[in-house]
Amino acid sequence: MKGSVLWTRVLHPVIVVVLLVTAIGIPLWLALITSFKSQGEANIPDLTLPSSWHVWDNYRQAFTQGDMLWALFGSLLVMIPAVLGVLIFGSLASWVLARRTGKMVSILYSAAISGIILPPAVVTIVLLLRQLGLASTPFGMMCVYMGMYMSLVVFFITGFIRTIPLELEEAARMDGAKPLGIFLKVILPLLRPVIATATILICLYIWNDVFYSFFVLGGGSVTTLPLNLYSVASSNLYQNNWNLVFAYVILMSLPLIVIFAFAQRRIISGITGGAVK
Amino acid sequence: MTAPSVRRGPLLGGGLYPTWFLAPAFAILMVFFFLPTLFNFIYAFTNWSAFHDDIAGVGFANFESVLSNGSLVSSLRITIVYAVLVAILQNGMGLGLALLLERDTRLNRFARVVFFVPVLMSALAVGYIFQALLKPDGALNGLLHVSVPWLGSTTWTVVTVAFVNSWKWMGLAMVIFLAGLKTIPEDVLEAARLDGAGVWKTFTQVRFPLLAPAVTFNVATALLGSFNGFDTILATTGGGPAQTTEVLNIYIFKVYGNGLFAQATTMSLVLFLIVTILAFPVIGYLRKRERVLS
Repeated sequence: MKGSVLWTRVLHPVIVVVLLVTAIGIPLWLALITSFKSQGEANIPDLTLPSSWHVWDNYRQAFTQGDMLWALFGSLLVMIPAVLGVLIFGSLASWVLARRTGKMVSILYSAAISGIILPPAVVTIVLLLRQLGLASTPFGMMCVYMGMYMSLVVFFITGFIRTIPLELEEAARMDGAKPLGIFLKVILPLLRPVIATATILICLYIWNDVFYSFFVLGGGSVTTLPLNLYSVASSNLYQNNWNLVFAYVILMSLPLIVIFAFAQRRIISGITGGAVK
Repeated sequence: MTAPSVRRGPLLGGGLYPTWFLAPAFAILMVFFFLPTLFNFIYAFTNWSAFHDDIAGVGFANFESVLSNGSLVSSLRITIVYAVLVAILQNGMGLGLALLLERDTRLNRFARVVFFVPVLMSALAVGYIFQALLKPDGALNGLLHVSVPWLGSTTWTVVTVAFVNSWKWMGLAMVIFLAGLKTIPEDVLEAARLDGAGVWKTFTQVRFPLLAPAVTFNVATALLGSFNGFDTILATTGGGPAQTTEVLNIYIFKVYGNGLFAQATTMSLVLFLIVTILAFPVIGYLRKRERVLS
């Protein structure tokens, strides 16, 4: 038994701490400490402390010259309606797909969830949006995100609704409730855990997306945080200005990390809920 | 069991679960997902570009040009190599972390939270961090007093970028493996212990097979996710050196940026077809493995 005590008391904690420091600590420390340095010192990024601290300067510059507020506004403007829309329309459809049977319904269900696997046609989306007059608009972006993540929502919620006993709906139906009433008063409240899972995942994807927003929002006045990070990092102003790039990175990453710090247990159980069953 | 008979009739079913509830979701899917996909099959065969207003059919000319200049084969090869590397690295590291941090000690709980932080960060931001870490005069070479061209090797850089992407997502694989490990009943492990199975044997014979659902989920999402890989590569190498990390999406992004929309569409169609061809067997295979084991 001596070996296992040595393992649990000494070796295991040492390995965990060493891994934490090297695998996560070093990259994050590099970003944080570089964001405090002067431009010259940040040019060759290393892990040493800055010889002179430029915290306020760097963060103020990243915030103002990087148009951070505008990008934050753009991110929220696109993300919140897209997530609300995809959840509302997706759960409404999921209820019908979960409860009705027949060949037609199963074909519709397969079509609805095919987007989990199939990649969006990112180039022709731009063409379509131009024809609809929605190119480079936040509304176009919302629609594209809703189209992309509808499959995920339908997949999660249909699976969940199938586990809800029919009796609950029937009781409400006996009391004379209409379908929409049953959906809103009986089903929707029961969907809370699965809606939480879908919300977390989709927010994570949209908040961090740069590929699709580049195609859809590119050329327009509205931008998002990651898209803006890309354009400032590749503009001349920021070329090799690692201190400003990382000040931007830290500011941009903070909201999600703070939310996660407060709700980590629920977020992790929400994400893993659907995966291992 | 009266419920099924109530549900069966299309008319009655329609009344209880109105068809129009499907309308908004399917309208969005139709217009913003399926229609662009359909467009892929049309505009890949045209000369659509930024340089002239009219769009005319050109047959297979776009396919011929991406085939003859080698970009189709090379992007495809790089994408597949990258996706397989990510699936192996991400899940290998995720499983390792899950096994290491399985017991509920305070240090382990803290470590799990920390390893999850990169999942929350933008892949673009992660890419910039690793560019600063791995560039020739970057932090890692300084730390190790070496000058390894981590991002400058035409052979090995694809491994580096696959590692960076895996680093970003290993926390997600970890929590899913942890949840999978939790579903293994204690008495099964007890039985293995009584049969004299050691730690390694218990893992290979009992625990890993029972992790099948988690493995399925993780491998499938890693593979399919990295077929769409873009952000980390853009921020670390931008497709270089000498286009050796230029996966399909990077190629699409560049060609589109040059105004050659039809060629970008052609590659987008190729990506669509490849994912369609590969996805179903991969998922089918993993599912079958699951069924055999359970």
